Amino acid sequence: MLQIRLHGRGGQGAVTTAEMLSLSAFLEGHYAQAFPSFGSERTGAPVVAYARIDDKEVRTHEPIQEPDVVLVQDRTLLGVVDVFGGLSPKGYAIINTAEKPEDVVPELCKKLPKGHVLTVPATDFAIKAMKMNKPGAPMLASLAAATDVLKLESVQKSFQTRYPGKVGDANAEAAALAYNYLKDKMKEGK
Amino acid sequence: MLEKIKFYQTGSNTVGNRLLNPSMRTIQASVDRPNALISGHRACQGCGEALGARYAIDAAMRATGGQLMVVNATGCLEVFSTPYPESAWRLPWMHSLFGNAAAVGSGLASAAKIRAQKNGDSVVPRVIAQGGDGGTTDIGMGCLSGMFDRNDDVLYICYDNEAYMNTGVQRSSATPPSARTATTMPVGEHPGADWGKGKDVPLIAMAHGIPYVATATVADLRDLEQKVTKAMSYHGARYIQILVPCPLGWGLKSSGLTVTAARLAMETGFYPIFEAEYGKITSVRKIRAKQPVTNYLKIQKRYAHLLKKNADPNTVARLQAMCDQNIKDFGLLGDDQPELNPTAIQAYERSQAI
Amino acid sequence: MTEQIEGSLGVAKAVALCRPGIVCAYPISPQTHIVENLGKFVKSGALKNCDYLNVESEFAAISVSIGSSAGGARTYTATASQGLLFMTEGIYNASGLGLPIVMTVASRAIGGPINIWNDHSDSLSQRDSGWLQLFCESNQDALDTHIMAFKIAETVGLPVMVCMDGFVLTHAFERLELPTQEQVDAFLPEYEPREYLTPKEPISIGSMVGPEAFTEVRFLQQRKMAKALKVIEDVTAEYRKITGHHSGGLLDCYRCDDAELKLIIMGSTVGTAKDEIDRLRDKGVKVGLISLKAFRPFPYEALRKAIGDCKKVVCVERAFSFGSRGIICPEVKRAMEGTGCDVKTAIAGLGGRAIFGTTINGIVRAAFEGKFKDEMTWFDVNSNVLNSYTKDGEGVTFPEGPLSDSQLHASVK
Repeated sequence: MLQIRLHGRGGQGAVTTAEMLSLSAFLEGHYAQAFPSFGSERTGAPVVAYARIDDKEVRTHEPIQEPDVVLVQDRTLLGVVDVFGGLSPKGYAIINTAEKPEDVVPELCKKLPKGHVLTVPATDFAIKAMKMNKPGAPMLASLAAATDVLKLESVQKSFQTRYPGKVGDANAEAAALAYNYLKDKMKEGK
Repeated sequence: MLEKIKFYQTGSNTVGNRLLNPSMRTIQASVDRPNALISGHRACQGCGEALGARYAIDAAMRATGGQLMVVNATGCLEVFSTPYPESAWRLPWMHSLFGNAAAVGSGLASAAKIRAQKNGDSVVPRVIAQGGDGGTTDIGMGCLSGMFDRNDDVLYICYDNEAYMNTGVQRSSATPPSARTATTMPVGEHPGADWGKGKDVPLIAMAHGIPYVATATVADLRDLEQKVTKAMSYHGARYIQILVPCPLGWGLKSSGLTVTAARLAMETGFYPIFEAEYGKITSVRKIRAKQPVTNYLKIQKRYAHLLKKNADPNTVARLQAMCDQNIKDFGLLGDDQPELNPTAIQAYERSQAI
Repeated sequence: MTEQIEGSLGVAKAVALCRPGIVCAYPISPQTHIVENLGKFVKSGALKNCDYLNVESEFAAISVSIGSSAGGARTYTATASQGLLFMTEGIYNASGLGLPIVMTVASRAIGGPINIWNDHSDSLSQRDSGWLQLFCESNQDALDTHIMAFKIAETVGLPVMVCMDGFVLTHAFERLELPTQEQVDAFLPEYEPREYLTPKEPISIGSMVGPEAFTEVRFLQQRKMAKALKVIEDVTAEYRKITGHHSGGLLDCYRCDDAELKLIIMGSTVGTAKDEIDRLRDKGVKVGLISLKAFRPFPYEALRKAIGDCKKVVCVERAFSFGSRGIICPEVKRAMEGTGCDVKTAIAGLGGRAIFGTTINGIVRAAFEGKFKDEMTWFDVNSNVLNSYTKDGEGVTFPEGPLSDSQLHASVK
């Protein structure tokens, strides 16, 4: 079972991102689950959402304490919330920023295997493609680029299913931008 | 045609049915009257509520061709009419709780509509929800306002006897100032119910902008029948408040004074009788022979403390002023036109308190 | 059809498949998404011959439901927590009148202090209300149980509460399999009440019953509850046959064979516990789980059979009775009277405190180590929080949890 924790701020669509993550996995034939940290968070407050992917029924409903992947949708949460708490030593961290991983989270880069901490300017891609700070699709596309957990097409299809028409297509475009950006980066790295 | 009728019973304001053509006769005069609330129930002698309910529900039965269902709030009417295993109701009738008759009525009306829709019936049974003033103006107010808000197809009838009679005559928000109840006893400096308290539910109903609001009394049963008939010609939320004196709770000098008390409430201006459509007053029942308020007060023990030798005369004067204000606001005399925005009588009481 | 959707949407779709005539609700978290979706189905025309009523309170929601059910329409509503309490007068009335309303309780704690998170204090507060109470362990179970609930309610002539954990289930996005409309239509025919208000056959409902017949009315109501036990089993069997979904039932056993300890759990914690029990079984720990699905009527016989020869039982309870102890435990003790079975309560997961696999692990270990001395133990209590209150004020400090009932009582001596 793969466990993913998403950190964002109210209004950025972190809960939707988790749901789309589960839908993407479902579209690929997996069992998946997504759920928010339940609270009464208002716009701008730190928000946590969770997702699980497995090849058999996901029965547990406990919050994820030891994630395999952490997605940070808002860079300003670093240092405010313990976003990487419990992260598996072999896990992945993807942060929404244009800065380099070593500059943003040098300690984490030392802890995790090489290439497991990634940064992506997801908000820039979101604003470019859909004029909104909804970095969910590019964040999930980054996960698809960095791991083989998801395919880009599934991420795109999940958003197009949830938001048929222009909004879904714009999300798909933002996802593609992030995916290609990271793939290029990874090539450079090699 | 009324002009052509020779009035034999002059001064009584009643007209023998035999003098009218059949279409103008009262529903109760008909041999095939619905008898929705049949005799044998357990109401006290002289019960105004039983009288009012009988006339109102029969009128609605006639207006709907018998396609009528009734929801009853907890209270005297429910208790005296349905002691298990008997029921005095000869129509579909249900009782749920004290404060929810309006909402149960909404659900019942909805179910009737959906059932007719599913079965392809063209006739949809209509719904009346009814309760006393406690079940309406106090504990049932939320559900009543919600039913008005949604404009559900329910006629709500409040039988207003101005206190909680079923539980032993306690004050409700429909209890008039200075009246004695078990919780507003005639003791202390200001005996009876406090001034500046209470609410005017017909005006509150009008503020919802519902199709039809009316007040009536059991002293003018033709007027009551006509209002119920008119209410049933509308769809949507409707409200009729009927003054139904309670011989026991009001301490009427005799149980035969129920209708007299109701008539004096009208003729003094104590209880304005009017109709309103879509939030605007459209007709007023004029006072026929204006009476001083003392004539109304003196036949009721609940006001006896006001007429004692050592009583404060100002209280009766204030009640007279209240009647006069009603007469002015609602245009109850002669050719007076009602105020465009009648005000709850409590407003005057409260403004005086400051 | 298999879909990846929110539990609330799954339940809304399941309710729509049952073709209700009236849906009526007042918003309260975490029930809102269910009724929002139903409102959309009605407004869009996807759910035909159905009225959706936006009411002004939960008291009105249950009252409208009473009216519509008495008027012969299949009726659904949903609530939680404070809303359920605000309905209480109508809840008792609906069961007393024998109206087959189905209501979701998206279980949530009761305030004060206000708390919007999941536990079972709301639904269990209504255990004596005369409603059937069915608990759901997953969203699949929840959507299936709603469909079964209409059939159970209409067969028995009593209302049914379908209790699903608020947020944990209602807001979880999962793979759900919905039966087809044809399957549901075959299982649950158009509602034809035996008795309802209609001018065609006037009856009086809800008259005043005095001492001469009230006991008998209650006896007959209790008889319906007794009848419900078999109806739940029969309806479950029929539903499982049609859909192949393993949902519903009075209770469900998981790895109970040869278990030396059996946990009894209601609701969404069951899934979490199953995973942990698998891990414990891998290590040779002989523990099993009974998922209690029907709390009212309480399945005493079925439970006695399910516990069998096992002499150690711990009820993981997400509510308790003030001034008393656990709520499930005494029922289990009644079921096991005379068998020498040791039944205890571990209180956990109040007001949304997460129950982790590790929590379950801890309860199992404590049970095997004989650490449950008292009938009730506050298992996941945080002593630091307690001490921050009692230390300065009363000079009382609590050791690190779990805390037993006798520790609590000793602290006031």
